[in-house]
Amino acid sequence: MSAVTELVVGLGSCGIAAGARQVHEALLAELAARGLKVPVTSTGCIGACHREPLVEVRTAGGRFLYGDLDAGKARQLVEAHVVGGSPVQELLIPEDYPYLARQRKIVLANCGVIDPESLEDYLAAEGYQALRKVLTSLTPEQVIAEVQTSGLRGRGGAGFSTGLKWSLARSSRPGKRYLVCNADEGDPGAFMDRSLLESDPHAVLEGMAIAAYAIGADEAYMYVRAEYPLAIKRLEIAIQQAKQKKLLGTRIMGSDFSFEIHVKEGAGAFVCGEETALMSSIEGKRGMPTLRPPFPAERGLWGAPTNINNVETYGNVPYILRRGGAEYAKLGTAKSKGTKVFALAGKIKHGGMIEVPMGITLREVIFGVGGGIAGDKKFKAVQLGGPSGGCIPESLLEVQVDYDSLTATGAIMGSGGMVVMDESTCMVDVARYFLSFTQSESCGKCTFCRIGTKRMLETLERICGGQGRMSDIDLLQELALKVRLASLCGLGQTAPNPVLTTLRYFQEEYEEHIREKRCRAKQCRALIRYRVIPETCTGCLACAKACPTQAAVGERKKVHTIIQDKCIQCGLCFQACRFDAIEVLTGPEAAAVAPTDAGAAEGGAA
Amino acid sequence: MVATETIRRYPPSRDYLIPMLQAVQEEQGYISRESICEISDYLSLPESKIFGVATFYNQFRLSPPGKYQVAICRGTACHVKGSFNLLETLQRELGIEAGATTRDGLFSLETVACIGACSIAPVMTVNGEFYGRLEKKTVEKTIRELRA
Repeated sequence: MSAVTELVVGLGSCGIAAGARQVHEALLAELAARGLKVPVTSTGCIGACHREPLVEVRTAGGRFLYGDLDAGKARQLVEAHVVGGSPVQELLIPEDYPYLARQRKIVLANCGVIDPESLEDYLAAEGYQALRKVLTSLTPEQVIAEVQTSGLRGRGGAGFSTGLKWSLARSSRPGKRYLVCNADEGDPGAFMDRSLLESDPHAVLEGMAIAAYAIGADEAYMYVRAEYPLAIKRLEIAIQQAKQKKLLGTRIMGSDFSFEIHVKEGAGAFVCGEETALMSSIEGKRGMPTLRPPFPAERGLWGAPTNINNVETYGNVPYILRRGGAEYAKLGTAKSKGTKVFALAGKIKHGGMIEVPMGITLREVIFGVGGGIAGDKKFKAVQLGGPSGGCIPESLLEVQVDYDSLTATGAIMGSGGMVVMDESTCMVDVARYFLSFTQSESCGKCTFCRIGTKRMLETLERICGGQGRMSDIDLLQELALKVRLASLCGLGQTAPNPVLTTLRYFQEEYEEHIREKRCRAKQCRALIRYRVIPETCTGCLACAKACPTQAAVGERKKVHTIIQDKCIQCGLCFQACRFDAIEVLTGPEAAAVAPTDAGAAEGGAA
Repeated sequence: MVATETIRRYPPSRDYLIPMLQAVQEEQGYISRESICEISDYLSLPESKIFGVATFYNQFRLSPPGKYQVAICRGTACHVKGSFNLLETLQRELGIEAGATTRDGLFSLETVACIGACSIAPVMTVNGEFYGRLEKKTVEKTIRELRA
């Protein structure tokens, strides 16, 4: 067994949140206590977020990835592997772990491998070679041609051809022009851009420098969510390092090309992910979208031609220029080339940041890479594209991951959020959830987005609240169409998608809510009732202690009851019960135990 | 002159308005009426415009926060894993609604759209520090420990 040469701790936000700093400290302390001089370094997101905190042990003979660590296990690791020389089998993530083995990493190739705060690490991983090649041997037109050959399409969601976008910006009127990187990753359930910026910031900077050279820009803004402090910090470090080495700034690598990047922190407005709103925000205004055309390529930041791409799009560029567009285009389908990064989350067994080739089926992603549903419940739907996207049912899991196939389902590729839902997720509630999000994030400029989404939300609340009417389904369809048609920007145009897709694939759930007052997922509180099963109740008082409204009552060792008119259906008694002695009723069964007016008076007196 | 020094670190140009507001909030915890007036003078921009920007973005608060700023994530992954129930637990435990500050000034509670830590959902942060894979009990324990 070869000696351990390095210990690498995954210090992305997910890792830190899961306790990676404590693991890092425990490793250092244990090594110091034993007088060992093995270097402990850090890296970004290793990707297997469900196994965080993660540590990779590097030896001359290979790499060993450990997961689910804590301070105690970290000490155990030092003792067994570093000192004893034999891996701790029960903590080891095997090399053929399907989660890792089925991925194809281009954008994420360096994530979890290099130290994101080390330029040397990036340079050692072929970093800035693409930029060097571009500056020394290619004209801007040749760069654009290469990107067009690659077939790269925008990874922010809409999927516009990147090469075409660049050529439009290049051929716009002469004079000052800007480049913008959209890192305002606002879709709830998506964290690809955060992870990439935290784990490999130089790759995005290099991609931006190449794009700037191609369109003729000398200044760029990176618009990053303020909620991502670690990403901002690492970007700023990377920019400083690149400037010192003349990889950014004036006369890069001795060429005539000069390029500055400014980091702008967003201030928490979802609509700023829309390009015209984002530019307003950079200019210091309220982030309200404007009519297109003129497109940013014509009139963007401060009226100058501007090219905007998403973080992941720029992240693909260095690879394309290093290996050639044709090589990149070998991956993927006819119209969607390359790979796509997804943030796999929700009721999935193995969640995290993954990168898969375009053309893979949704089933392979969810059941192959993600290992299926956590807790072995039944799969119900996968939500793609956040508030602009939709829910795809099990019957469509053979659909390929490419822009056009996903759009045909009514969902969208989106920026890469993939939230998996199981049978305990109510699809009407999901639609309501997204509508409440878009409703509160609407900037208020367009009437249909501002008021139409409000009316849609009220209708959904009515259905979830047990007051729905059958005509509500038609009303939702009609409003959805109008909001889509009469909104200026992507936020409003796509806001109805979660409603339309759930209506399309799960209409029976809406109807059950309305006709039978039944929520099959048992999530909509107005449609459920909790009841003690007398045969199983042991009288342990756990439910009575958990109940915030004194609705669950009883004496020790005697069967408890739930006073229905005091019960607010919060479910805490259900979670507290260790004997499965509380059942959840819905539909007519719930109605049967619901307090009548007379019952309410009686219960109130008791 | 509560915020003048902070503001003057930036050039007097509108595109620095949001960074200025962020810096003021970073230092003072919130955007006070006085600091809006000072920015208005410095940028020669009506106070209404500055108020408009400050109220448009979710990040800015116009009242002082609690000593412990609790934020519960309401992103999709957290939602399907029961973050609404945790929000209720927090509201009950703190005795305030989301968006408010406790009377003793100890806690403020807010919801955030998504903090991107979906793999350890449901998540909350206290003064920026993450608490993941939450359950009702861990939420209650965290708050009680902070209060003690």
